[in-house]
Amino acid sequence: MSGYLSAQLSILCLNIIIAYAIFLPAASGQLNLGAGGFAIIGGYLGGWLNSDFDGLGLAMQLSIPLAALATAAIAFLLSFPILRTRGVYMVLATFAFAEVVAGIVLNLEVVGGAAGFPVDGHADLSVLAPICVMVVVSCFLLMSTRFGLAMRSVHDDENVASLFGVNVHWVRVAAFTLGGLLGGLYGALYGHQYNYIEVQNWNVMFSIYVLLYVLLGGTQSPFGPLLGALFFTVVPELLRSFGAAVGSELIADGRFAIFGALIVLMMAFRPEGIVTRTMLERLMGRGAREKGAT
Amino acid sequence: MLLEIDSLDVRYGRNHALQNLSLQIDHGEIVTVLGANGAGKSSLLKAILGMVKPAAGQIRFDGADVDRWTVPKRVRNGLALVPEGRQILTSLTVHENLLMGAYPRRDVRAADIDAIYQRFSNLAARRDMSASVLSGGEQQMLAIGRALLSKPVLMMLDEPSLGLSPLLVQELFSLLQQLNTDGLSLLLVEQNTNMALKVASRGYILELGRVVLQGPAVALAADEQLQSAYLGE
Repeated sequence: MSGYLSAQLSILCLNIIIAYAIFLPAASGQLNLGAGGFAIIGGYLGGWLNSDFDGLGLAMQLSIPLAALATAAIAFLLSFPILRTRGVYMVLATFAFAEVVAGIVLNLEVVGGAAGFPVDGHADLSVLAPICVMVVVSCFLLMSTRFGLAMRSVHDDENVASLFGVNVHWVRVAAFTLGGLLGGLYGALYGHQYNYIEVQNWNVMFSIYVLLYVLLGGTQSPFGPLLGALFFTVVPELLRSFGAAVGSELIADGRFAIFGALIVLMMAFRPEGIVTRTMLERLMGRGAREKGAT
Repeated sequence: MLLEIDSLDVRYGRNHALQNLSLQIDHGEIVTVLGANGAGKSSLLKAILGMVKPAAGQIRFDGADVDRWTVPKRVRNGLALVPEGRQILTSLTVHENLLMGAYPRRDVRAADIDAIYQRFSNLAARRDMSASVLSGGEQQMLAIGRALLSKPVLMMLDEPSLGLSPLLVQELFSLLQQLNTDGLSLLLVEQNTNMALKVASRGYILELGRVVLQGPAVALAADEQLQSAYLGE
């Protein structure tokens, strides 16, 4: 495998994981613009736990899961104030959370502040790929359980969901916390993949992009974030190599403009996202769904 | 008594939705609650299910004091509500909507769901379609089927005939009678007073949150003064 390909695949794996981190809350009706905040917490915790010099010097096998779990714990605590907000106010609250986290870490000398932080242990594609597959498979399984059904009913209508005895608050807290877990996992893996992290990696543009992966991919089915992350990761690269192949600087250099136009078109023509449940029904027919349902 | 409500008070801020309301339902009975818009009918159902917290009063269900029970606990113990306007989850399929009805119970088997499909063949034909494609009548059947899956002892319906054609209203009420014959107790909130008094054994008339009249359904239906004053005949 060429260096370029494995680097691209690593980015893809990471992007898929962070897409699911935002998909889980989104599937239960939460717009979470805090991807950057979770990534920073997971990335710095993972790096610090792993670092011999500044931190605890734990092995990568420990630092990554511990960072993910700690991020989940923080997400759990934060969910109580944040989930008091709805809709666009939740976007603002999660955005504020990410900014506060960035502000704190920028001023933490123990992790290097604005200079960034070097991470010792290296996680290459052979680590990322299996974890990414595990994340995708568990999210698919999760969405087909009772809990997944509860999440989707909360997304549809909280009042009706509560009629059936769904504990709406707990479902929202759980979805937010699981999102934090995956966000922390993403951050820790990223740090160990690139061996260097800085707060600027996870600025507000990052959080917006991840939310776009999910919203453009579609929140109705667990296929959505997979396709969204794939689209956002692969299309700009394809445009780059296509531009190089046809010798057009316009395409190669202007690929982000073309990409932006594609995003606008998708929002216009598929407001529910690329993957909708109606589309899955058409693709798979009745039999496939029946097995999953009962 | 299956349900006993004793001097119930529900307030929204300074607004009195229900005042000193008492109501009883016996096992196997159909009781109807009638009244104009804003009389407090929906508030009553919400208070029984625990979706609003009463300011005062007591609710006993099947001999147990349910005042401190959460909504899920009340549903698990046999209370179900078919909400006004049906409230179908439109991004879910018909089948998933039914599964939601079964959500509070862990002992629901595939046979229970099949029984619902047998009763409502229209739903069976559309089981894997999005619930948004259903007609108004089918949505009402889905809402009832969904409530049935929680295996209720007392099913409360909030204006089930709303927006249905006269023929469908007939069908709906014969379904309700059938369910009652099978042993289900019903609390029916309706604007369609004639139909409601036909199937019910007793009725309560609400006005501005108070019970202004109660009695056997036949007597209420025959009461001319009542008909002209509250029921618009």
